[in-house]
Amino acid sequence: MYSPAAKAVAEKLGLKMGRANLEEFADTLLALAKTDRNILAVTSDSRGSGKLGPFGQALPQQIVEVGIAEQNLVGIAAGLGSCGKNVFAVSPACFLTARSLEQIKNDICYSDHPVTLVGISAGVSYGALGTTHHSLHDFAVLRAINNLTVVAPADNFEAREAVRAAAAATSPVYLRFGKAPLYSLPGAETAPFAFGAARTLRAGRDVAFLATGETVVHALLAAAHLEATTGLACRVVSFPTVKPLDTAAVLAAARECRAVVTAEEHLVAGGFGEAVAGVIAQAGIGTRFRIVGIPDEYTVTGSQADIFRHYGLTMEGLAATASALLARP
Amino acid sequence: MPTDRDLALKSLRYRRNILRWIKQAGAGHTGGSLSCVDILNVLYNRILRVTPATAADPLRDRYIQSKGHSVEALFVVLADRGFFPESDLATLCGYNSPYVGHPTRHVAGVEQNTGALGHGLPIAVGTALAAKLDGAAFRAFTLLGDGELAEGSNWEGALAGAHYKLDNLTAIIDCNTLQITGRTKDVMNHEPLAEKWAAFGWAVRTVDGHDFAALTAAFEKPLEPGKPSCVIARTTKGKGVSFMADVGKWHHGVPNDDEFARANAELDAAVAALTGGAA
Repeated sequence: MYSPAAKAVAEKLGLKMGRANLEEFADTLLALAKTDRNILAVTSDSRGSGKLGPFGQALPQQIVEVGIAEQNLVGIAAGLGSCGKNVFAVSPACFLTARSLEQIKNDICYSDHPVTLVGISAGVSYGALGTTHHSLHDFAVLRAINNLTVVAPADNFEAREAVRAAAAATSPVYLRFGKAPLYSLPGAETAPFAFGAARTLRAGRDVAFLATGETVVHALLAAAHLEATTGLACRVVSFPTVKPLDTAAVLAAARECRAVVTAEEHLVAGGFGEAVAGVIAQAGIGTRFRIVGIPDEYTVTGSQADIFRHYGLTMEGLAATASALLARP
Repeated sequence: MPTDRDLALKSLRYRRNILRWIKQAGAGHTGGSLSCVDILNVLYNRILRVTPATAADPLRDRYIQSKGHSVEALFVVLADRGFFPESDLATLCGYNSPYVGHPTRHVAGVEQNTGALGHGLPIAVGTALAAKLDGAAFRAFTLLGDGELAEGSNWEGALAGAHYKLDNLTAIIDCNTLQITGRTKDVMNHEPLAEKWAAFGWAVRTVDGHDFAALTAAFEKPLEPGKPSCVIARTTKGKGVSFMADVGKWHHGVPNDDEFARANAELDAAVAALTGGAA
């Protein structure tokens, strides 16, 4: 996932390698469920890929299997949620947010049952398995559905806090988790987690990197790399919540910094960057602006690292994008 | 417990009210509301343990109308049961009215927002499963259209209902044999229907969907312990009005003034026949 140069920057920043957000999710949910029998994990033959094996062994009465049937997964979750169960419906993000989109829209969001939809192995976590297994559309489709909080945690801290917040939420939530180990980012003590709140990880007024999910660490490395090599002071803001968007953090970045670069593990169309662009444009702010994401093309396959590298979602790629943006006449 | 005659009179009044509000709104799903209203009559007046006073009771029975387009039948019955004043239906399908053309939880007594087909059964499975997980005694009922059975999600729900042995779950098929394009058997044949549900592990009973006693017997307890129940209600679309009965165009036909008068005259005559002219 990281070039030797990126690893060196991470070391200089003191970043420690954590684990996959999927594992953080499963352990956090198990801990919560042990003290609250109302919490249920509902799976579609996905307890293994959801790292919920230990959950199923420890709390067999709190895990419901629906088989390979994602529409049924979400419909049953709605029924359970309507009866007061605190449901986490867990399925690969690629299937959950496409196959059962109508159930998400109607049964959960429109009917307003506080179910948590957990998209596992999201983005290009299953990069080598092809487009069937990529979820590069989920922000776009879920942003267009009313009454849903859309969350993509950047590290284990954000993942843990997101699961806790979802368990306490009174309205529907979508959580998006990848399966690769992640560096733990700074800010756990200084930038608290809350749905709808961006978290500033690094200060600066030259370039603002606004990023979400598993691209945030690459933005942080790019900022550190640019500062070390060019002296540019770059702001890094993590947006664990894609919807509702922290518009104040977006506007502050657009007003205070010379350029804004967004990053996401998602198609550019309808994604996080376009949401940010909409906020900036509607405020009438003119700024140098670039969205880094997956373009509208037949998506390249390979590991998540391969795909990130291909599309410039790396320290080197994001630093180059920012430099070019600032250099533009 | 109301008698069959009481229910017959209620159904005639429900049919008049369905036509009244559809006529006033200038929109509605007339045929399907008339085919399922006797089923709703039995459920809400004899079976379901839910009243306006217990509408938030966690132990109440749940009814989820999967064929959401027949919302007028549901609204008329809920109003009769006191969930909201019948006069509220004057806003049916109007600007910003909660009484939209499919059920929403903004209306008192509605458990689930429906309208897209193939959603009610999985939700009812989850509802019945919640009762089982808690050892609670409440039951879940869902009403599906026969045309709706072409939606594959129903069969996912059918598998799960049997897998979890949800004998507190009853799926009712309003089998009126017509859908918007024509005869269901010509659009997408689902027969043999009883055999299909039985093969999926459900206890199945086929009844006359306008026979209050037969519907009551099918609903009053699970058909078989350890299995979910499927009640195939053979119904007539547009039932109760001679020129609407079994005629496809009344799927969402709105009566004109003459048709409205003729329909009411027929229903009034039926009331008079039941009451000896005293109604």
